[in-house]
Amino acid sequence: MLRSILALGKSLLNSLRDLAPIILVITFFQLVVLQQPIPDLGGLLGGTLLVTLGLTFFIYGLEMGLFPIGESMAQAFSQKGSVFWLLVFAFTLGFSTTVAEPALIAVAAEAAKVAANGGMIESSEHAMHSYATGLRLTVAISVGLAIVIGVLRILKGWPIHYLIIGGYAGIVIMTGFAPPAIIGIAYDSGGVTTSTITVPLVTALGVGLASSIRGRNPMVDGFGLIAFASLTPMIFVMGYGMII
Amino acid sequence: MEWLTGLFHSLLATLRDVLPIAVVIFGFQLLILRRPIPHLKRVLFGFFYVLLGLSLFLQGLEQALFPLGRLMAEQLTHPDFMQNGSAGLQHVLNWADYYWVYIFAFAIGFSTTVAEPSLIAVAIKAHQVSAGAIGVWGLRIAVAIGVAVGISLGTWRIVTGYPLQYFIITGYVMVIIQTYYAPKLIVPLAYDSGGVTTSTVTVPLVAALGLGLAESVPGRSTLLDGFGLIAFASLFPIMSVMAYAQISEFRARLDARKKV
Repeated sequence: MLRSILALGKSLLNSLRDLAPIILVITFFQLVVLQQPIPDLGGLLGGTLLVTLGLTFFIYGLEMGLFPIGESMAQAFSQKGSVFWLLVFAFTLGFSTTVAEPALIAVAAEAAKVAANGGMIESSEHAMHSYATGLRLTVAISVGLAIVIGVLRILKGWPIHYLIIGGYAGIVIMTGFAPPAIIGIAYDSGGVTTSTITVPLVTALGVGLASSIRGRNPMVDGFGLIAFASLTPMIFVMGYGMII
Repeated sequence: MEWLTGLFHSLLATLRDVLPIAVVIFGFQLLILRRPIPHLKRVLFGFFYVLLGLSLFLQGLEQALFPLGRLMAEQLTHPDFMQNGSAGLQHVLNWADYYWVYIFAFAIGFSTTVAEPSLIAVAIKAHQVSAGAIGVWGLRIAVAIGVAVGISLGTWRIVTGYPLQYFIITGYVMVIIQTYYAPKLIVPLAYDSGGVTTSTVTVPLVAALGLGLAESVPGRSTLLDGFGLIAFASLFPIMSVMAYAQISEFRARLDARKKV
C-alpha cells in the first residue's frame, strides 16, 4: 500500500515537472512582457492540478493497457500468419481513428471555407459540407493506406528512407500542380491526423510486429508507422484539391 | 460546478476518440484472432485510466492554460503592442519588430512539446526498445527544440510572407541529406517524431498564434497565410532528432579516441 502511494506520488511529481515549462512560459509572458495580472489565479491553479492528474493517469494507463494490447495483437497476428487480415486490421485501425479525429474535422471545415472563397466550389452550406466530408474521408483513407504500407514495410524489411524520400518527391511534385490555396492546409493535415491515443497504439503495434518476426530489429523496423501516417495525407489532400 | 460539466464534456469527447479504436481492437480480437486477450482485466483498467487521464488533461488545459495562451497569442500579435516601444510614433512595422512573437513562438513550442503525452509515450517505447541507449529526456528535449525552432521560423514566414512550400521543400532536402549521415538506428524514430509532436497540447495554441498573426500583419490573409505552422512543427523535429543522434555519436567517438 505504502509503496503504491509512493509510486503515485513520484509519477505526480514527474507530471508536474513535464508541465512546469508551459506554466513558466505563460506566467512570464503575462507578468513580464504583457505586464498584466493573471486573471483567474484559482482557476489556473485548479486547471494545472487537473492537467497534472490527467497526465499521471494517462501514462499509468498507457503502460497497463495501450502498450500491452498493441504488442499482444501484433504477436497474435504474426502467429496466425495471415498477412491479409493483418493488412485489413492495419487499414481499419488507421481509417477509424482518423475519420472522427476532432482536429481533422476542424481543419476540413477551414479547408472548405478556403475552397469556397477561392471559387473552387459554390459557397453554399451544402457544397461546403460535402467538400469537408469528402476531405475527411480522403485523409482517413490515406492514413489507412499509410499504416498498410508501413506494416508491409515491416514484413518485407524494406529500408524506410527510400519510401519516405519517395513520399517527399510525391509531395514536391503535387505542390507544383495543386491550387495554391490548398497547399497550407495540405501541409498542416499531415500533422493533425495522429491523435494521442493512436500514436502509442500504432507504435506498440509496429514494435511488436518487428520483434515477433525473425530477422527484424525493433528499433530499425518497428518505428516509422507514424511517419507514413503523417506523409500520405499531404499528397492525398493536394490530390483532392486538384480533382474537385 | 462549471468545471464538472466541462469535465463531463471532455470525457464524452475522449470516449468518442477511444470508441472506434476499442471497436476495431476488440472486434478483430474476437472475430478474426478468436483468442482471449491476455490480462483482459488489466488491459480494461488501462483503457479506463487512459480515458480518465486524457479527459482530466484536456479539461485542465481548457480551463487554465488554453484561454490564457490564446489571449496571449492575440495580444502579442496585436499592432498596439508592437507600437508600445516606439513612444507613439506610428512607424511602419518591419519584420524585426515582431521579436516578442518569435520568442513566444519558440518558448511555447518548446514547453508544449515537453508536455505532449503522445511524445512521452513514444519516448518511453524508444527507451525500452533501444535498451536504454536512447534517453527519454534526450529524445524529448531534441524534439522540443526542433518544434521550437520550427514554429518561430514559421511565425517569421507569416510576417514576411514568403511562400510556405520553399521552406518545406528546403527542409525535405535537409532531411534527405541528414538521413545519409545519421546513425541508421535513429532514422525511423526521427521520421516518427515529426508526426507525434503535434497533438493535444501544441495544436490549439500554435493554431491560435498563426491565425492571430495572419490577421494582424498587414497584407496577410488568415485563410492563405494562417496555416503552415503545424507543418513546420512536424518537419523540424525530424532534423533535430537526427542531429541529436549525430552529436551523441560524434561525442562517443571523441571519447573513444581520447581513451586510446
